[in-house]
Amino acid sequence: MIEASVIASPFLGIFFCLLHVIVSLVRTWSYLVHQIQCLIISSGLLPQYQDINLDRLRHLAVVIDSEDAKNKSKVHQLLCWLSDIGVKYVILYDIEGVIKKSDKAYKKSSANPSETKCLDFAPNMLLIFDMFGMTVEIIFYTDGKEAAAKGANYLCSNYLKNQDDTLNKLGPKFTEPDISSALKAVGHDGPEPDLLLVYGPARCHLGFPAWRLRYTEIVHMGPLTSMHLVL
Amino acid sequence: MSTISERFSILQSHLEKNCKSKISKISGYVGFIMRKLLFSVLSVGPIPAHVAIIMDGNRRFAKRHSLLQDSIDPASGHRLGFRSLISTIQYSFEMGVKCVTVYAFSIDNFKRSPQEVQLLMDLMREKIEEMSAEDGVFQALHVKINFWGNLELLTEPTRLSAKRAMDTTVHNKGPELSVCVAYTSTNEITHAIEASVSELKGKDQVQVSDLERNLYSAGCVEPDIIIRTSGETRLSNFLLWQSDFTHLQNPKPLWPEFSLRHLVWAVLEYQRVYAYLKNKKEGIEKNK
Repeated sequence: MIEASVIASPFLGIFFCLLHVIVSLVRTWSYLVHQIQCLIISSGLLPQYQDINLDRLRHLAVVIDSEDAKNKSKVHQLLCWLSDIGVKYVILYDIEGVIKKSDKAYKKSSANPSETKCLDFAPNMLLIFDMFGMTVEIIFYTDGKEAAAKGANYLCSNYLKNQDDTLNKLGPKFTEPDISSALKAVGHDGPEPDLLLVYGPARCHLGFPAWRLRYTEIVHMGPLTSMHLVL
Repeated sequence: MSTISERFSILQSHLEKNCKSKISKISGYVGFIMRKLLFSVLSVGPIPAHVAIIMDGNRRFAKRHSLLQDSIDPASGHRLGFRSLISTIQYSFEMGVKCVTVYAFSIDNFKRSPQEVQLLMDLMREKIEEMSAEDGVFQALHVKINFWGNLELLTEPTRLSAKRAMDTTVHNKGPELSVCVAYTSTNEITHAIEASVSELKGKDQVQVSDLERNLYSAGCVEPDIIIRTSGETRLSNFLLWQSDFTHLQNPKPLWPEFSLRHLVWAVLEYQRVYAYLKNKKEGIEKNK
């Protein structure tokens, strides 16, 4: 048995590589077709893409791989493009908080520094500022699960304060609106994005706050370095 | 937990017992051997430990194939979807997947017409009993069946069937099948917060680990892949907490059309991004 598996291993390896070559070829073909579609859209030949109606896109989220997020010029370019096409509210997320740590760079690099107005900032709280007439919110990993734990502690302290109340003798009973209010009270609430764009090697939300992802459309855009204006 | 070889032997004997004609027996056996070879090739790379599925497209499939117009059974799309589910679960376990989770019924689905909800409840009860039958393939594979969700919202016969299935299979040491019924992720998180707060003593604080311990999915590894069929891009309130490093896939086929080749493709796509996702996960765990 051991000898059979030793003989079979190289053949299995060859077939395995062959399968992955087929996957790569199919993906390359899909990428080429997608590039041609982008070219046709950006040429303005298709009337349905000439005037994009973004009324239903009230909030847009962008998840960026932290390595890509270090490329500040690319992130800034993305924000400019989003503003140009009429997006009003953007939530920028990267798992390690690279963007949050360099928020000052985005504010300074705006064409008119007076256009960037910090709307809300405190350490460990949401960072929101106004840029090119578009509200930009910056969050990272701790704004997800750790925020939920903070919300739970907020609810707990309220529950303990009201412990003499007859209702509380049955044990804590919370509803989803209670959780939303608690997240707001601890400074970790925010709108649910209608659309989430993922810039990175894989279609994965990388810990974007779960409470805000319920019915969000999630689209994988590929690496940030290869982004196009035709989104 | 049974090894992959043991699972194949069990499936082989189950096949021999249940195939009626010689031709179907031979074709079943050939298919079985071909799958075994294919999965041996796939196993050169990482096999996902946990696959989660949003089974979208049953009603659209029935409409597309005009099944609803002529059929006496308005649940025909869902019945075909169930056949896809059984074969997908079987292939997953043959491949070596340890956990399969399926989104069977969302809390939001209660908003559908009362007739459709009742139909789905009856269908669920029927299928739960079929899955947990003593002579069924799931029992032969020692599958442990879990039901995640607010089961109090189900009709009593369905809730009792679910409880019976869980009690019957609780000691099984084989792969796990988790069925999300009357479930949404936000409801699960709310329930976890309630349970964590009620456990607190003195001046302790709720930690993330407390919330995770009180989720319906506690004790189960996080999903490696979430597949939503019919090309839809939303997660629709499914496993939002558990899917930080999960590869999200949305193949175009409707759920009744989902077959072995789509599952194999899903695993191949996962193998391409495995190293990246593993690296991200380890990075966050190191920083905790």
